[in-house]
Amino acid sequence: MNRINETLNKEQKLLSIYFTAGFPQLEDTVTILKQLEASGVDMIELGLPFSDPLADGPTIQESSTQALKNGMTTDKLFDQLKDIRQYIKVPLIVMGYFNPMMQYGVERFCQRCQEVGIDGLIIPDLPVEVYHEKYQELFQQYGLLNMFLITPQTPDERIRFIDKVSEGFIYIVSSAATTGAQSSFGNTQEAYFKRIEAMNLNAKLLVGFGISNAETYQAATAHSKGAIIGSAFIKNLEAKGVNSVQDFIRTIR
Amino acid sequence: MKTTYHANEKGYYGDFGGAFIPEMLYPNVEELRQNYLKITATADFKQEFDQLLKDYVGRPTPLYFAERLSKKYNTKIYLKREDLCHTGAHKINNTIGQILLAKRLGKNRIIAETGAGQHGVATATVCALMGIKCIVYMGELDIKRQAPNVARMKMLGAEVRPAQSGSKTLKDATNEAIRDWINNPVDTHYIIGSVVGPHPYPDMVARFQAVISEECKTQLQEAEGRDYPDHVIACVGGGSNAAGIYYHYLDDPRVNVIAVEAAGKGIDSGESAATSALGKEGIIHGSKTLLMQTADGQITEPYSISAGLDYPGVGPMHAHLYRSERAEFVSIPDQEAMDWGLSLSQMEGIIPAIETAHAFAILDERSFAPDDILLFNCSGRGDKDLETYIDYFKL
Repeated sequence: MNRINETLNKEQKLLSIYFTAGFPQLEDTVTILKQLEASGVDMIELGLPFSDPLADGPTIQESSTQALKNGMTTDKLFDQLKDIRQYIKVPLIVMGYFNPMMQYGVERFCQRCQEVGIDGLIIPDLPVEVYHEKYQELFQQYGLLNMFLITPQTPDERIRFIDKVSEGFIYIVSSAATTGAQSSFGNTQEAYFKRIEAMNLNAKLLVGFGISNAETYQAATAHSKGAIIGSAFIKNLEAKGVNSVQDFIRTIR
Repeated sequence: MKTTYHANEKGYYGDFGGAFIPEMLYPNVEELRQNYLKITATADFKQEFDQLLKDYVGRPTPLYFAERLSKKYNTKIYLKREDLCHTGAHKINNTIGQILLAKRLGKNRIIAETGAGQHGVATATVCALMGIKCIVYMGELDIKRQAPNVARMKMLGAEVRPAQSGSKTLKDATNEAIRDWINNPVDTHYIIGSVVGPHPYPDMVARFQAVISEECKTQLQEAEGRDYPDHVIACVGGGSNAAGIYYHYLDDPRVNVIAVEAAGKGIDSGESAATSALGKEGIIHGSKTLLMQTADGQITEPYSISAGLDYPGVGPMHAHLYRSERAEFVSIPDQEAMDWGLSLSQMEGIIPAIETAHAFAILDERSFAPDDILLFNCSGRGDKDLETYIDYFKL
């Protein structure tokens, strides 16, 4: 069984952390992964930096720009991850935009992911229909799960389709926003989380976008399997450095 | 089945196009996709669109036989005078269409991206006309380079927001506009300025610009006794003026299609905007097309002396015209384009936009027969480029 599904089957609520590979320093990727594993997070999303990350807010975009300046490339990332499964047991997901994967060659990209021990992908600008038609078989061949996003505006019928295609979790975008745009959740979001929960989907649900502290983590996981923190984690890295990872995670749960 | 170079129902031109968008944009784009053909086909829409194009934009624009130029190059040269449109270029055909569509979709807030500021001005203009709130995203660097257009937008009541991310130019302004749309999915319509972006934008914008070639058909019929030229020629950045003048001729094999891109300081100089020559297939702003990028798939910053041609991608229609060899692609360096800005001014009394001037340089690149009818899109006027002309020619 894929590590992602093993983790999703656990009893507890899950905490997944996103960070941009190659940030703050090019060679920080593995250090941060080890710190995260030691801090007890359940899953890790590694951002493959892109010059034009449409779905991301300023924090993640700036970290991507910096990572690219630092010299991060697709090959460099796979190289950094070469021996990663000797140290890291939790599921690893690569989150990135489709263009760099296309240029690398989608199949070659999947193959390298499998070689280093990546369990799944999140590709915000690869629509579910295109994935289902053109890439799902290929991803399956390399043992990769692809995770999709839904938002407060996604129609029910489309959510059902996404659920049907999903093999891992569904990423619940907390509000109509790019990443990092919220500081707390209101009634609208709670109603939305409840609505999705009540749909009884097959896939487990992880909430992301706008989760920054223990309070928003609690609110998000009240109606879902877990939550994803990205921008807040990156801000902390920026302010306090790679050695602050475990302290940061302790403030969340 | 008849070969067509127009978009299919999923928004593909051959292998290019589609909608590669984050899920957060899906509802916005889907609402537009489901409605754009329906709304633009209603009698009420057509009536208002045609009326505004006539009374407000000043259409039909003239088709002008350029006598001195024709004599010099020993061929028949016609100019479609889009430079005479209100606001100085063809851009307003599209913004009129989209604002009418936005109104019918119940939107009360408009956003747009702009590079040189022409599309920003055209958007601010129609928003003023309709009394709708307008926010224009513009790269921080472009704001500094294009002060007069920033002032125009402000006079027209628009808010100009600087795009401070990435390279701080057109592509980043587009990213910021898309982010704004993600954050405001219900009340906002995004007026894209060219035949780029996710489906339905390329097809929708091409349809609004198609009025250009529709008029050419009638005007050529009157002037030449046939409604088509032998060659139709336009400059291509994102490709909206080209899409407009090609539109009704694309599926007509009698018409040779010529696209002129900006070579900047030369194709191999590293400072160019010739996307067909330098680009590779990929995804930019939600569309699969040709774009300039690094081997690693990072989008690069193009260069051209004309701010309207330095987009790192090209519309999917044009990518398909290039790949299928339906159109002949040529790229023209800064210097030739600038010289043509002067030539057209002094031979025909028309000061063209630098973008537009690129197209005319085809006359030096290849020869045409004396009987050939050449149809140029004279897409914009040069007022906005005066400072560049002054610096370049030490006027």
